Amino acid sequence: MAFAENLLAVLPEVVILTSAALILIVDLFIDDERRHITYWLTQLALLIAACVTLKTTQLDIVKAFHNMVVDDMLADLLRMTSFVAVSLMLFYSRSYLLARGLFRGETFVLTLFVLLGIQVIISGNSFLTLYLGVELMSLSLYALVALEKERSGPAEASMKYFVLGALASGVLLYGMSMVYGATGTLDIDLVARAILAKQGNSLLLTFGLVFVVSGVAFKLGVVPYHMWIPDVYDGAPTAITLLIGTAPEFAGFALTLRLLSGALQGLAIDWQGMLIILSLLSMVLGNVVAIAQSSIKRMLAYSTIAHMGFMLMGFLAADLNGYSAAMFYTVTYVLTSLVSFGMIMVLSRIGFEADRLDDFKGLNQRSPWWAFIMLLVMFSLAGIPPTVGFYAKFTVIEAAINAGFLWLAVVAVVTSLIGAFYYLRIVRLMYFEDPVDRSPLETRADARTLLSANGLLLLLLGILPQPLMGICVIALTQSNFL
Amino acid sequence: MAPYLSLAVWVPIVAGLVALAIGRDREPAPVRWVALVGAVAGFLVTIPLYTHFDATTSAMQFVELAEWIPRFGIHYHLGVDGISVLFILLNSFITVLVVWAGWEVITTRVAQYMGAFLIQSGLINGVFCALDGILFYFFFEAMLIPMYLIIGVWGGPNRMYAAIKFFLYTLVGSLLTLVALIYLYSVSDSFEILDWYQVPLALKTQVLLFVAFFLAFAVKVPMWPVHTWLPDAHVEAPTGGSVVLAAITLKVGAYGFVRFVLPILPDASRYLAGFVITLSLIAVIYIGFVALVQDDMKKLIAYSSISHMGFVTLGFFLFSQLGVEGGLAQMISHGFVSAALFLCVGVMYDRLHSRLISDYGGVVNTMPKFAAFMMLFAMANSGLPATSGFVGEFLVVLASIKVNFWLGFLAATIMILGAAYTLWMYKRVIFGAVANSGVASMPDLNRREFWLLALVALAILAMGVWPKPFIDVMHVSVADLLAHVAKTKL
Repeated sequence: MAFAENLLAVLPEVVILTSAALILIVDLFIDDERRHITYWLTQLALLIAACVTLKTTQLDIVKAFHNMVVDDMLADLLRMTSFVAVSLMLFYSRSYLLARGLFRGETFVLTLFVLLGIQVIISGNSFLTLYLGVELMSLSLYALVALEKERSGPAEASMKYFVLGALASGVLLYGMSMVYGATGTLDIDLVARAILAKQGNSLLLTFGLVFVVSGVAFKLGVVPYHMWIPDVYDGAPTAITLLIGTAPEFAGFALTLRLLSGALQGLAIDWQGMLIILSLLSMVLGNVVAIAQSSIKRMLAYSTIAHMGFMLMGFLAADLNGYSAAMFYTVTYVLTSLVSFGMIMVLSRIGFEADRLDDFKGLNQRSPWWAFIMLLVMFSLAGIPPTVGFYAKFTVIEAAINAGFLWLAVVAVVTSLIGAFYYLRIVRLMYFEDPVDRSPLETRADARTLLSANGLLLLLLGILPQPLMGICVIALTQSNFL
Repeated sequence: MAPYLSLAVWVPIVAGLVALAIGRDREPAPVRWVALVGAVAGFLVTIPLYTHFDATTSAMQFVELAEWIPRFGIHYHLGVDGISVLFILLNSFITVLVVWAGWEVITTRVAQYMGAFLIQSGLINGVFCALDGILFYFFFEAMLIPMYLIIGVWGGPNRMYAAIKFFLYTLVGSLLTLVALIYLYSVSDSFEILDWYQVPLALKTQVLLFVAFFLAFAVKVPMWPVHTWLPDAHVEAPTGGSVVLAAITLKVGAYGFVRFVLPILPDASRYLAGFVITLSLIAVIYIGFVALVQDDMKKLIAYSSISHMGFVTLGFFLFSQLGVEGGLAQMISHGFVSAALFLCVGVMYDRLHSRLISDYGGVVNTMPKFAAFMMLFAMANSGLPATSGFVGEFLVVLASIKVNFWLGFLAATIMILGAAYTLWMYKRVIFGAVANSGVASMPDLNRREFWLLALVALAILAMGVWPKPFIDVMHVSVADLLAHVAKTKL
């Protein structure tokens, strides 16, 4: 394969990398007043990358750089969703970043590097590529969390994130090396073939699998590898929390899919058992502990843990039905997360972080529109129709029942009942109580429009979920995850 | 033919959205008119459902079928038969009353109030005409949201507790129902409710599914012992909320029994009929006694509702034409009567801001017109002949006596208990000397209130005097339902 053809497969990555480098240089030559130039350059880079992805999308699976990367429908779709997520994150957090002195070139460049890491994971077709992607994404995120120097919270959160994250990367790498030892290759296709042909030491493989699953579970943040989530979500500036809680979920999904379903499908029986435990614990612990939180960021952190447990329930069906359910779940969850953290930033202003539940008191009287949007988010997270969260829940439960895990589905609905309790509490605060803080809510026009559209999308997809469901199935089918 | 069912669902929802969109807190008048026009239009579009209804067939009528989520074979499938058609009319009628009842009473956030009721009305119509399991579930769950807000925003002092209790209780049952629906899909490869009528199921499976469905619908009805959310919700909800809760929301639970449980799980239904009948009798008798000792009028009517709804489930699980028709007639009658009683309490509450029986007395002296109306409603609640309350109760008692004399005897106690608690409350509130200066200063009904109550009174008398048009619609569909129940699916 010619070098140019190889490059074509990773063109969106090339775009992001060159723009990151370019923005880094441009940023040196402009002063603080004109920082919006680099901001818009970043948005432009995302737009170009999205256009390039759209332009180069094809139905075939293309492997490039000696099978190190793969360019399939799944990769294209997840790239697109990541671009959208990152772009929206930048739109929503502009005022927030400005107010905290974080509206800087470093923020944009590091964000682009996070995105690049995500893209590398999404299109990785070798253990090595996946690992590199994970590290690129994680290291940039550690730095982003610590970027705010005025408060001590972010530095502490970053330290915790780094220590635990490095440990998890080590575990993941260790697992990969064991699988390499058993199969003699890092190429996902060859690993899959070797396992199906029952080559290699099965004990070594199983051990490798345990470590791989642990590493993946850490990146997803499922119990018992969830400890970093509440601390990092709470400690990081909300804009960065928004970033952590959205686009990297696509990376987590892709990582799980490429590793477990791609490389280790032959061991599905083994990892299904592990995922059941992870999923079960996450749903129970996430939902129960979330009730006790008084900080909305911590509450959403535990809610994320619970939702990742739900997402894994789709995975453990280990068939197209389950994977597409998990993918639908991830996409809709990210869409919902974008609005929930976006709303926290709407309520925040200079010197004031709206991160307590009580900050949502009486929102309906302050702004009926934002209260309505947040209402949609909460009912979507709780999985109540007519919001899209219902179909997310519906698809994973359907996948689990279809795969014969009826009891797990019953446990899942019981935990989602517990979840409904704390989501409803936010609705109660917004609608039933009087506001403490009556200061007007000011948002930029672009953020306001996009956040509203994003919120209404939860309703629209809740009424017409078929297009997104269909795309998930097509992408996975075309990419050979059957 | 016009898509009447879609209109019945979407006209109120669109009107509600318009009301929300144009709503300004300072100027509530336009919103009120939009809401009233929307509600009346919503009622008018349901009238052809009755006039064009063909009572000679049990097949679904006014059917609308479109692909909705092909990924799971889910359809936008609407249709009504003799069982469901009347509830759509009832719901749309009650919506008009509710909007009108809140006319001057609701002064804060009028647009949201009207919008919530209209949207809820459309969603409830959707519940009654959905023929696809997921579409049903979609409406069934979505209708919780407006009611949660109605209780929580415009309710009484303890509204937050009542609102969350209402929501979580209902959600407990309905989440297991979702699992049951998906399970039925996995065995039949279809989400069509009518397809499920034909799916063979082992008794053990049927019993488990029965439990899942039963939880959802029993909470909604509500049956003893999962009824405790209802008194709280009723007491705290604003008048309109209480009216819709009692008149319509409770019917959704009972409707679930005849649409899902009886025909899909006939063997389990017959196997567990004794259990349901026992719970129903406990509701009728025990809750009847509980109603007797209430000192809060809304609570009393709430318990009376539980008792009357116990009669409905009793009728259904006798599996006879008389019993099921009696249950359905009782549902419609109770829709009118409970709405009327809650409106009456609302009228008094607007004047004296108290729901306690002891705060009233001798109201007849200052509000004679009101006393006359309330007399009629109290009689209807006790099941007096020539009122709608008599029809259903008589049919169900007749059906029970045919099964077993003592069953009929116990069921008939509702006539005594119902009369006891309703009339005793009426006596304490309305008759006697004027109790205090508050009562002395109560003005009689204004024109709006008069016509509001007159409208319900007409409906109650019409159904009581000439129930044939109501019952005739049901005959064939009920017979078909019973044929399904009689056929084993093992």
